[in-house]
Amino acid sequence: MIEFLRNVLNLYRDRSEFFIRLTMEHIYLSFVAIVFIAVIGITIGITIAKYRRLAEPVLSVVNFIYTIPSIALFGILVAITGIGNRSALIALVVYGMLPMIRNTYVAISEIDDLIIESAIGMGTTGKQLLLRIQLPLALPVIIAGFRIMVVMTIALGGIASFIGAGGLGVAIWRGITTSFPEMTVAGSLLVALLAIVVDLVLGILEKIARKKVLGTVKS
Amino acid sequence: MNVLTFTDVSKSYDNQVRVIDRLSFSIEKGEFITLIGPSGCGKTTLLKMINGLIPFDEGVISVKDRSLADWDLIKLRREIGYVIQQIGLFPHMTIEKNIGYVLSLLGRDLGEQKEKAKELIKLVGLDADYLTRYPRELSGGQKQRVGVARALAADPDIILMDEPFGAVDDITRKVLQDEMKALHKKLQKTIVFVTHDIEEAIKLGTRIVLMDRGRIIQAGTKEEMLFAPTTEFTKRFLGSKSFNAYLGQLPIEDVYRPYEATVTKIPQDNETINLTDTAMEGIRKMIKEDLQSLVVINEEDKAVGEFQLQDIQQKIQL
Repeated sequence: MIEFLRNVLNLYRDRSEFFIRLTMEHIYLSFVAIVFIAVIGITIGITIAKYRRLAEPVLSVVNFIYTIPSIALFGILVAITGIGNRSALIALVVYGMLPMIRNTYVAISEIDDLIIESAIGMGTTGKQLLLRIQLPLALPVIIAGFRIMVVMTIALGGIASFIGAGGLGVAIWRGITTSFPEMTVAGSLLVALLAIVVDLVLGILEKIARKKVLGTVKS
Repeated sequence: MNVLTFTDVSKSYDNQVRVIDRLSFSIEKGEFITLIGPSGCGKTTLLKMINGLIPFDEGVISVKDRSLADWDLIKLRREIGYVIQQIGLFPHMTIEKNIGYVLSLLGRDLGEQKEKAKELIKLVGLDADYLTRYPRELSGGQKQRVGVARALAADPDIILMDEPFGAVDDITRKVLQDEMKALHKKLQKTIVFVTHDIEEAIKLGTRIVLMDRGRIIQAGTKEEMLFAPTTEFTKRFLGSKSFNAYLGQLPIEDVYRPYEATVTKIPQDNETINLTDTAMEGIRKMIKEDLQSLVVINEEDKAVGEFQLQDIQQKIQL
């Protein structure tokens, strides 16, 4: 066991350039996917919170997509958009939608009606309501959704290499195909490390937002 | 001058029963209107029609001599103060931001918002220290005061209040009512105040509007409502509680008989009562001491007149 871990560490040292490149690729791929998911997901979430009739059908579709096994989805996408980063990106974006849309929707629709009513009663326009009242109040829950989505995307990014995308999945995939378990573990550990670090940072952000919304206690 | 007029206003949900039924009424500048009635009578609906939160089907509502249809609703709402129960404060904003909210919507600069918040928090009887706090750090009564301050920020002529003191304890409510009454006297705003508490309605309103099933059953001064009810419903709804409330808010100042000339000496063996005390207080003293009359004294302890039970009678003779 110790021997194995030492081999993994040696691998990091010997092939540091290779791992740094893969990590950067992985961050880049995840980052692009996360930006897409956040923008599209929050927009859809806000839209269905405003037009409640749309909420159920939209959430059902997103839920359904979420239940498709990732390997199956990759297979389908390869047939449509081919092999490479583009297919991987589409798959990541599609999967990440659920937590983002659902949390945005729930966060906005659970704001107390009386708060909304008093805001409107004082002459708040629709845009002001969204920017000054709804989004700030929904922020902690939206960030919580964002956090889940980011961790999920980074993890799922590891599988994206199966359809020819870059990232740490390349190391995992290579380890598997060449019976080189150290390589697989080395790649996996980096994926996990990346996810944990990002999760910790976002956790702090969420805490700050929560404190801000719930009101800080003056010392 | 009428600041608010309702002309044949009707409203129904899904073409069913009318929640507001061909209602006509007008409110003059500076009035403190209390809207009361059993739940479901349409009082809150009527209030929310004034600032366009609830649309109506027929008739005309005019605010400051302009039909609601001709108003830009956003602009109108910024010119009308709106107070609901404490929960209506924005939890993510400090008290200062809450009070300055309408000013911020109007695009006034930060300095003015801060200045106004400081001025208003004092007006509603809170320390300026509270400005940097958040609503959750305040008690129910304090939140309610902030709610009133927030409604006053843009200096509106009209203030709408929807059961604002419903969620605070009895003692705090009494204090808030006294403050609200004093504030109305001082600022002379037109206030429309919805309540289901008959004592509150009697205590605060310069005119009381009793509603049932979307119609106004009777509207009038406290005296008219109590001593000249036009319907059995008014009589029943107001009950004996309201008579207590009436005596409990009636200042001696309004009913006593002043001396013809200035009398400087106080009759030694007579009990006295202050101008600012209530008739209820006077009656209790008379019963307790077995007296027919009390000497009324002013803030400087000078005797200025006399108070007897008959004086109340004269006040309520309509």
